[in-house]
Amino acid sequence: MPDIQLPPPEELAKVSFQPRPQGWMDPQVEFRPGTWSYAGKPKALETVGMPNPREWSPTDADWKLPANWKEVILQGLRERLDKYRSLKVFLDICVRCGACADKCHFFIGSGDPKNMPVLRAELLRSVYRNDFTLAGKLLGQMVGARELTMDVVKEWFYYFYQCTECRRCSVFCPYGIDQAELTMLGRELLNLVGININWVMEPVAKCYMTGNHMGIPPHALKDNLEFFADDIENITGIRVDIPINKKGADVLFVIPSGDVMADPGIYTLMGYMMVLHESGLNYTWSTYASEGGNFGLFTSHEMIKRLNAKIYAEARRLGVKWILGGECGHMWRVLHQYMDTLNGPADFLEVPVSPITGTRFEHARSTKMIHIAEFTADLIYHGKLKLDPSRNNAYKVTFHDSCNPARSMGLFEEPRYILRNVCNHFYEMPENTIREQTFCCGGGAGLGNDENMEMRMRGGLPRGNAVRFVHERYGVNLLTAMCAIDRAVLTTLMEYWVPEVKVSGLHELVGNALVMTGEKERELNLRSEPLNEGGEETSD
Amino acid sequence: MTVVAPLLGVLALAAVSAVGAWIGLTTLFCVVIPYAAILVFLVGVIWRVLSWARRPTPFNITTTCGQQYSLPWIQSSTLENPHTRLGVVGRVLLEVLLFRSLFRNVKHEFVSRENAAPRLAYKASPWLWLGALAFHYSFLVVFVRHYRFFSEPTPRVLQIVEMLDGFFQIGSPTIFVSGFVLLAAAAFLLLRRLLLPQVRYISLTTDYFPLFLVIGIALTGVLMRYTAFRTDTAAVKNLCIGLMQFKPPAATEPIGAIFFVHLTLVSCLFAYLPYSKLSHMMGVWLSPTRNLIGASRMRRHINPWNYPVAVHTYEEYEDEWRDKMKAAGIPVDKE
Repeated sequence: MPDIQLPPPEELAKVSFQPRPQGWMDPQVEFRPGTWSYAGKPKALETVGMPNPREWSPTDADWKLPANWKEVILQGLRERLDKYRSLKVFLDICVRCGACADKCHFFIGSGDPKNMPVLRAELLRSVYRNDFTLAGKLLGQMVGARELTMDVVKEWFYYFYQCTECRRCSVFCPYGIDQAELTMLGRELLNLVGININWVMEPVAKCYMTGNHMGIPPHALKDNLEFFADDIENITGIRVDIPINKKGADVLFVIPSGDVMADPGIYTLMGYMMVLHESGLNYTWSTYASEGGNFGLFTSHEMIKRLNAKIYAEARRLGVKWILGGECGHMWRVLHQYMDTLNGPADFLEVPVSPITGTRFEHARSTKMIHIAEFTADLIYHGKLKLDPSRNNAYKVTFHDSCNPARSMGLFEEPRYILRNVCNHFYEMPENTIREQTFCCGGGAGLGNDENMEMRMRGGLPRGNAVRFVHERYGVNLLTAMCAIDRAVLTTLMEYWVPEVKVSGLHELVGNALVMTGEKERELNLRSEPLNEGGEETSD
Repeated sequence: MTVVAPLLGVLALAAVSAVGAWIGLTTLFCVVIPYAAILVFLVGVIWRVLSWARRPTPFNITTTCGQQYSLPWIQSSTLENPHTRLGVVGRVLLEVLLFRSLFRNVKHEFVSRENAAPRLAYKASPWLWLGALAFHYSFLVVFVRHYRFFSEPTPRVLQIVEMLDGFFQIGSPTIFVSGFVLLAAAAFLLLRRLLLPQVRYISLTTDYFPLFLVIGIALTGVLMRYTAFRTDTAAVKNLCIGLMQFKPPAATEPIGAIFFVHLTLVSCLFAYLPYSKLSHMMGVWLSPTRNLIGASRMRRHINPWNYPVAVHTYEEYEDEWRDKMKAAGIPVDKE
């Protein structure tokens, strides 16, 4: 654990919004502890064959870049300008109206003007003007053009890794300019010369080799699942089956591997296992496609494809009909907006049909992959799950829309429908902080590491604040989210901003409420705590 | 410097054209420059739009601002997360005609509390949206009204526009609201840039220049219509119709310096538009987060440059783990 001194919340929340008087054109970055992430380790880069593996740190004066780093980056920019209309349009048409400025959680929490999405984009745009536009070549600084210097590169690194690619700014931009797209391409450019962070590169390398971010080998994955099955048996008296790499299953089930390892994600995983068992779906886990999450999204478009390829490949090898995905945020951005384009067409699969309800999931007829919230909501709607919401009476729940399912998918109603059916006390946070306007956890896009703790707490300030609001007003004590990164980083965030509130996944609450056929009298919830401990109501 | 340079630039343009009027360079300022400007404008718009349109949209990166189309019993949001082409048309039109996204604007505010972390509040902030709407629509009306200088007789539609625009008739000449609204809205946008610390911080020369241009244009227009600088509209119309028919009048009667200034600034605005941030006029139609159909799991989006990549195959994976997999009872392909 790095030695980061966090100020108390009252201090951290005193944010100054006075910009420096001398303007932004002169690049200046101070790598203050707690606000940046460690550099990618050479071994991780070598594993996936990425350029310039070496030991280095952002605080070093010399970043040990190849001699022609400038050419490489500018050439990379030139190529991407030709391959992405988004990049060219976004660099050309911004009018700097400032509507995006205070929509960024990092700006609200830090006051740093370069965390206004518009200015984060200008860091790249200024270089574009300088080398790719006539006005920039002729008039330079006068029209906001800057030469690409090493200081500019350091600034890119600092601020492109203070963006969680949450896309909130693009909701408010009158032209839909999406900072996530610019951050993704900006990071891609930095990666060309070997600049990246370890909390992204290590999961990328592990995911490439073992199939998942956590680096869980096949036998250990089986061990873990069996361990959770033991827990479920203790709690319910039911032994759920654990089909692994099973040929002839109807459905391949892919989850974020974080749920296999870390509290509180493991309870969500138990919830999946219980729902799938109870529904009688003929499904299988895969040890090879043991990760739906894809840190390629935080690296390069090519890496998205390389890491995502295993999902369709495994579906083909096992001969399943369609694919089901667990609760994860950026995983679903990749599955919804990139997978079919990059690794499709999935013409060897069938349009997903729930064998239990007969529902044909037409909206996934090309990709052939549906979200478990869609699957479970459909089961509940057709009365196929017996639920006792009072088992969650100890919880007063609020729901955090994770950035990607919200703004890159529109998965709003399914989880809410499920929540209303599995718990009795559900309260929404204020409308400016949920659904398409939801605030990031502050730790997405690879920034959820410990050395970046101050920035995470700053970025999570708006979310923390909204949770505090419902905690004080309604006594909310549980923050539910459909994202593995959320379940990890929101836990830390709540400890800091609203310590009274715990974090869970959606299917943990489903698992609690689920009345399984032949189960014993339930006394414990999935956390093995007495049901309704401290709650005033009793189970009926 | 960021503010003063563009202001001086616009003033210089005005001064040069005034001097041109004074020494009688009518052909240069009333014929050559406007023609050149229109040419530069047209070439620029085509070049710019093509420069975007010829680039592919490799991925469907729709920003979804409403419920997805999924289960039949869940109402999907056809305009905020369209899954049909018609929905996308609606979404883009809402954006272009009503500035839908800007309407969402809220302002954050820290409300301090004693002995506790401050609380964040969000207030609706429609001012930028209102200012932008006022600016663009009044500009449109002013622009359309000018068609009367290019046509004889004045078309009926135009007469209706003028009637509505001149609703607050106080005397002669009829007061057209649009010109004043344009001036006020441009002044609002300028003051906003100058006074809000964050917006001032991000503003560049190229943000102030077009504002000063538009203010200059509106100001000279208003001066010509309502003040002692009134201009011989018959002569202006004669000139405009001549320009339209590619038969500019050989010897125009002197129209007045202020008209020269007005016309030169308008020419500059036209010529400047496609090469600057003002190209958002075309770009807003082409923004991939808004103009793609949100149904990316329903229809495969094609990336024209999608290329094969190195992957870690299942065979390689099994080779590495086979013994452990077998020992754990996990099925393998090769024994």
